[in-house]
Amino acid sequence: MDSRDWIRDGMRAVGGGVVALPLALANLFLLVLFAVSLALTPVLGLGLLLVPLVTRLIRFRADLSRRIAAGWRVPIARPYRPRPERAVLGGIRHYRWIVTDPATWRDVAWLLPGGLAGLALGVLTLALPLYGVEGILLIPLWISLGVEGYGYGVIWPIETVGEGFLSLPQGAVILAIGVALAPYLRRGDALINRLFLAPTRAAELRLRVSQLTVTRADTVDAQAAELRRIERDLHDGAQARLVSLGMTIGLAEAILDADPAAARELLAEARDSSSAALVELRHLVRGIHPPVLAERGLEGAVRALAMALPMPATVTAAVPGRLDTPVESAAYFAVAEALANATRHSGATGLTVDLWHTGDTLLLRVGDDGKGGADPAGGTGLRGIERRLAAFDGTMSLSSPPGGPTVVTMELPCALSSPRTSPSSGTG
Amino acid sequence: MRVVIAEDLALLRDGLIRILEAYDFEVAAAVDNGPSLLPSLLEHRPDVAVVDVRLPPTFTDEGLQGAIAARQKIPGMPVLVLSQHVEPLYARELLTDRAGGVGYLLKDRVANVAQFVDAVRRVAAGGTAMDPEVVSQLLARHQPPLAALTAREREVLALIAEGRSNAAIATKLFVGEKAVSKHISSIFTKLGLPPSDDDHRRVLAVLAYLDV
Repeated sequence: MDSRDWIRDGMRAVGGGVVALPLALANLFLLVLFAVSLALTPVLGLGLLLVPLVTRLIRFRADLSRRIAAGWRVPIARPYRPRPERAVLGGIRHYRWIVTDPATWRDVAWLLPGGLAGLALGVLTLALPLYGVEGILLIPLWISLGVEGYGYGVIWPIETVGEGFLSLPQGAVILAIGVALAPYLRRGDALINRLFLAPTRAAELRLRVSQLTVTRADTVDAQAAELRRIERDLHDGAQARLVSLGMTIGLAEAILDADPAAARELLAEARDSSSAALVELRHLVRGIHPPVLAERGLEGAVRALAMALPMPATVTAAVPGRLDTPVESAAYFAVAEALANATRHSGATGLTVDLWHTGDTLLLRVGDDGKGGADPAGGTGLRGIERRLAAFDGTMSLSSPPGGPTVVTMELPCALSSPRTSPSSGTG
Repeated sequence: MRVVIAEDLALLRDGLIRILEAYDFEVAAAVDNGPSLLPSLLEHRPDVAVVDVRLPPTFTDEGLQGAIAARQKIPGMPVLVLSQHVEPLYARELLTDRAGGVGYLLKDRVANVAQFVDAVRRVAAGGTAMDPEVVSQLLARHQPPLAALTAREREVLALIAEGRSNAAIATKLFVGEKAVSKHISSIFTKLGLPPSDDDHRRVLAVLAYLDV
């Protein structure tokens, strides 16, 4: 970190300290509000409406702390249960959803200690820098105005003007220390908040289950649709051609002696028909699992893909091994889809593809120098990539400002198997 | 002419042996797996090898790797590579040593026996035989070195890459042979190919085409 980052972080932390004080007070206010709304539940059922409303405020406040914590590299996930169907605000179902969610009570339990810790750490964050500023700005002012019985830092009380000016370097040092410490205090605050606001193990597992249910359903749907497509293609394509091929050969056999010339013509036709069937099968196989992917792995297949594009594409790859076949296939089709999108819509004159593997993550990036403005909600292509990757806990992000450039970044958690042995080739 | 065949599917291996023997080739060896390909090629030193890209035990590109390795040991050993699918990437890898005597065809092409045998002979003689499918995939790309060529010259170059003779190109394009040689010398000039024997220049032109 160079000194500019250091100062920027420090100033951001001091700013965070300023914000922390009203937020801490808000915690105390929300706690009172919650107690009152709960107490009002028996009275005309007012709580049915008030408790969910106050909980909404508390969750908003907790989310704020989660976001602030993320800014200090302390990510905190949201633990709340999804809202059940047909739960309307003011209804008993909605009320039950709120009060039976343990996360609601953990939030409430957080309000007081979180508020007090926020207050204490906020004051601490501000105290040193403020004292430093006082030494730099105010002490010389007091001295010149002749105020007496005052001291600063190690000099107490200040008796001469000369001693008074010694507050300047002291103040500067104290300010620097205060600014340097502030980020650590903010991080400490974030860690305390995480104790309360992060999902418990049980809540984490529940969230994971609901996420897996969704992606599994998507995957199963996609697989079933894919199988139906393959079945239809085989049925109407290669299978039908082989039937007609058999018929043509049978006919040729029947008339071989009577009319050899016509038989030869039929045989030539049969040969054409067999190559047409092969062309169809080849296209079908390419869509299921491209042979070059099986033979060369992700890097080779992407290079082969890049060679066939109508515009130059630079492929940079650092994937020293083979991936699991399903992951490899998902990664390949995601890159292929992103490249297809770029060639179709971006108006780009050049493309870049970067593949690399760090830790347990495969990163794929497809960039173009086109006109930008791509919208993931606009087409099925980018949504398809997202779904494909989600089955493996992968993610996709898109940066496409109007005027370009567009960059699609995809991440897939996965391990590498044995390093490959086949040689690498140049750029495509 | 002596030939070594590498193909793992018995049906296709027998078919290849039958076809080649019918056209007076002598099949020195027919192997069905990757590891025995290179030793067999080094032992028999055939006039041409006909090799399937995908072979056991890994079923990846062992045949291609074996063929490339053999050409490193015996420079310019003619190899005709067969596959169920073609990739310009593989064509480029086969051609990078610039020694010629390289073919790369879809297995479908074997069905047209006369043309297939012709391709084997051409490769054995040091020429090239690129599958039209490779060529058409390359046509879709952007290729700066070929920007100077006219549309007709590109057509001619594509046919050279497939390994056609001047006469065959002339027939295919419905022009005279003289016109074809005029196009070809213009292509050689535009691609900056040094004067040498015609066969070698044709190989170099194909390499330029493949952007090697």
